Amino acid sequence: MSLPTRQNPAAKAPLDGSAILHRPVRRISDRRFDRVNIVFLIVVILVIGYPLWFVMIASISDPQAVDTGRVWLWPVDMTLDGYRRVFAESSIWIGYRNTIVYTLVGVAVHLAIVLPCSYALSRTQFVGRKLVTWYILFTMLFSGGLIPTYLLVKDLGMLDTLWAVILPGAAGAWAILVGRAFFTQTVPEELNESAKVDGASDFQVFFRIAIPLSAPIIATLALFHGVGLWNEYFNALIYLSDRDKYPLQLVLRELLVVSQDASQGGGDGDSAESLTEQLRLASLIKYAVMIVSSLPLLVIYPFLQRFFTQGVLIGSVKE
Amino acid sequence: MNSVIAPGRTVGTQPAQALPRRGGRFRRRVRNSWQLWILVLPAVVFFFVFKYVPMYGVQIAFKDFIASKGIWGSEWVGLEHFQRFFSSFYFWRLLRNTLGLSLYQLLLFPLPIILALSLNEVKNRFFKRFAQTLTYAPHFVSVVVVVGMMVAFLDPRIGIANHFLGLIGIDSIPFMQEAGWFRHLFVWSGVWQSLGWGTIIYLAALAGVNPELHQAAEVDGATRLQRIRHVNIPAILPTVVILFILDFGSFMSVGFEKVLLMSNSLNAETSDIIQTFVYKSGLLQGQYSYAAAVGLFDSVINILMIVGVNHLARRISDTSLW
Repeated sequence: MSLPTRQNPAAKAPLDGSAILHRPVRRISDRRFDRVNIVFLIVVILVIGYPLWFVMIASISDPQAVDTGRVWLWPVDMTLDGYRRVFAESSIWIGYRNTIVYTLVGVAVHLAIVLPCSYALSRTQFVGRKLVTWYILFTMLFSGGLIPTYLLVKDLGMLDTLWAVILPGAAGAWAILVGRAFFTQTVPEELNESAKVDGASDFQVFFRIAIPLSAPIIATLALFHGVGLWNEYFNALIYLSDRDKYPLQLVLRELLVVSQDASQGGGDGDSAESLTEQLRLASLIKYAVMIVSSLPLLVIYPFLQRFFTQGVLIGSVKE
Repeated sequence: MNSVIAPGRTVGTQPAQALPRRGGRFRRRVRNSWQLWILVLPAVVFFFVFKYVPMYGVQIAFKDFIASKGIWGSEWVGLEHFQRFFSSFYFWRLLRNTLGLSLYQLLLFPLPIILALSLNEVKNRFFKRFAQTLTYAPHFVSVVVVVGMMVAFLDPRIGIANHFLGLIGIDSIPFMQEAGWFRHLFVWSGVWQSLGWGTIIYLAALAGVNPELHQAAEVDGATRLQRIRHVNIPAILPTVVILFILDFGSFMSVGFEKVLLMSNSLNAETSDIIQTFVYKSGLLQGQYSYAAAVGLFDSVINILMIVGVNHLARRISDTSLW
């Protein structure tokens, strides 16, 4: 990795700092502090970055070289076989397609529930505002839990359908609070009032004024919920049994996790034969499949970082 | 609002006049916000069906649920399931494992704070940005892949970790299969995933620190470490307290989806926690009522925890959730 170049800016840092703060003398202890601090951060970066780096180089190295420990810093005997196998594996493609469908539909449902509700809750003239807010907040404190939720989904006849994966977690109090905080700020009461004076109804204010202004909050909510759905496996595990409906994460679970421990519950139809088959396949493609499944998010998030940061920050400011 | 309430107080003297006025205006306001009610309707229905109906369904914890009779028709058995759980062989083991994992995680609570304080001192914007972006990355990796990485890295025969250990002459360790390693692996892989992400809130709080405080401290001859200790740390303390309380709110729910992935028959002694037990006894073995009772026990402890810690925080530090 490009560590040496990282230290150059660090060496320059004290100069920048003193220029900004008009500091006449920089103490030696301060400079030592900066140096120790940078070293500390470099260690943190290496520790956090190395596993990701290793997966990357292992995915393009010869599996034999990986297994014998010859791969640790650079790819050895580079090959794209792993990726070729991944792309040839139909279960992964089906999983990929399902995950994309679940994520898109799930995000749409999420926004359809959260946006109108959080807008209405941000209007002080809304009679019932307090009541509805508490009705939603209470679910943060107490929930029915796994078993009653499962029985409900079963009774609704949603087992083995897309809805079982999407609906039970489609909205939460957190998202509504975030949305409410946003609309309180972005569509202030006065804007609302003047639109009303001009004869606009609440619907018109919401669809014509609030929605066009809410691109940032739509992005934030969609990204948080979308990442959650993309990485989710548990709902799919308990509600789906048809393999053609498995999302990517569930396919990965069988390849990466279950195959190492046959005694784990939950796997269905894992005969001994298919298990050995899976083991063999897993050893060939495990690193490539990790990359293929994680890459979309890892590539996207640096560009959308401000929306994620925004979500964390609005979400933390209560009331 | 005042004008509405005031006549109400004098109801005794002029009831005939006060009540209709109040009612009329209220009704008009309700009528005026019917469109807002339509806007909240999807959410109200959603929360009713998927949050409140399961709460109502919790009653099966006190019943003997039989699928053909349904939740309503099954017979009441009182606290039988709870008694069975408390006296079962697993009770203490589950409690110990759940609490053990939670406490272990709580102990590492300062780590993101330290990283945030350190990042905040970096003057070079590119290095800071690079460090942030890189440390956020694991947050976007799914738990399935994280556990898959552990399985691959820690394999006793072909894992990279054991190859490294071999270099320094240590025999390979079957990490994933040993009960003694489970807690460390679970908690530290969690640190790997969430350390960077956890700094976001603290960095924002640190960005809000008044620079004059730093300048004043500097004039007084404070070193960098002293300024961190006496300016930055007090400034983010309220944020720290709030997040600490919130952490307690999920005290018993220790990333159960990851535990489930990591648990196997060999490490069950430490990896069996209350929630995986609910999953296994309820959904895999079909003991719905029993599992619901165990789950209810879990959420009651959670509520007690968050209420108690909030109370404590209010008395000690004047910062609390409510």
